[in-house]
Amino acid sequence: MEINGIEIRKFATFVEEIFHEGGPVAARPLKVGAIAAVVRNPFAGRYVPEIAQLMEQLRPLGLEMSTRLAQALTGGDLSAIEGFGKGAIVGSAGELEHGALWHVPGGYAMRDLLGKAKAIVPSTKKVGPVGARLDVPVTHINASYVRGHFNAMEVGVSDAPRADEMVLVLVMATGARVHDRVGGLRASEVKGEDGLR
Amino acid sequence: MRARIRKLATIVDETHVEMGRAVSPPTRRAAAVAVIANPFAGRYEGDLEELMAIGEELGDLLGRRAVAALGIAPAQAESYGKAAIVGEGGELEHAAAILHPRLGKPLRAAVEKGAALVPSAKKMGGPGAPIDVPLGHKDAAYVRSHFDAMEVRLGDSPRAGEILVAVVVTDSGRPSPRIGGLAKDQVEGKDGLR
Repeated sequence: MEINGIEIRKFATFVEEIFHEGGPVAARPLKVGAIAAVVRNPFAGRYVPEIAQLMEQLRPLGLEMSTRLAQALTGGDLSAIEGFGKGAIVGSAGELEHGALWHVPGGYAMRDLLGKAKAIVPSTKKVGPVGARLDVPVTHINASYVRGHFNAMEVGVSDAPRADEMVLVLVMATGARVHDRVGGLRASEVKGEDGLR
Repeated sequence: MRARIRKLATIVDETHVEMGRAVSPPTRRAAAVAVIANPFAGRYEGDLEELMAIGEELGDLLGRRAVAALGIAPAQAESYGKAAIVGEGGELEHAAAILHPRLGKPLRAAVEKGAALVPSAKKMGGPGAPIDVPLGHKDAAYVRSHFDAMEVRLGDSPRAGEILVAVVVTDSGRPSPRIGGLAKDQVEGKDGLR
């Protein structure tokens, strides 16, 4: 399929529901989900100096993926989403900088969908082979320093990225780590003004 | 030292060519890694103080080792990140106890300043598991050219009763930044964001 001129070979959606990790069973299980889009890299195979225009072109895809992920994770209940992250794996005919193009469209799509979330969306990126896995960091949507929400999700697609593809990833979580107990700023204490605390 | 360290590793990657173009000076990232015994492996422990104390030690040790591996003065460090992989006898919260309460302060001392949040990742994993350590500019999280990550792995770690802890420090951003946003020479460095 194609969204705003971006060629998409496949989407993959992952949802984990975590009841416990050796300690007390959570009253409300933590859900962490990811969506990956496998897209063609229009800049693969050569050095293209001007690439920034792709950020704008990727915006509708970012919104589509955010919406799909929220649906998979909480049935579309946006108020239940408390953490997020993003990332990109660039196929071997591309360069790291192509993955950086996902920062703006991926980040702003989630922040907009989640009601103007205040915090920066944490991220990772790399160049990798087919089947490469990426650890996508996760933090609280309105205050980066909420300690219980520091997390990460490992994401990958077994047949991607091919050399001329990119895997673009968004991650969302419904709460803190399941056995959160190392103190720090709590979600209930967030002021939500500067995106940090 | 409270940490029982089985091994230390340092990895420096230096990019001289990206997409056929010379990168001059080369961009450099250094990972300092420690593999430690997990004092709480195999049981659920409520109080994680011991791991928090270990985190403080490792922030100092690994921060200094990463800077030393780059051969730079502390103030020349540009971005940083941290991560941990907990072996199967532990739980994810053990990584949190090492990384979040106390590791940051000595790491910031090792890179002189560090107004910005230290980006992090964590997971459970076995020997040979890789982890992508997220990177961000040390004084201003929104510097777009410095959003990056470094994949780190050790073939024999972490075993079930171990935790692998990695700190990454760079003296540069991505090799070929050209997507706009806040640039490093525009950093105010007061609020940690811009």
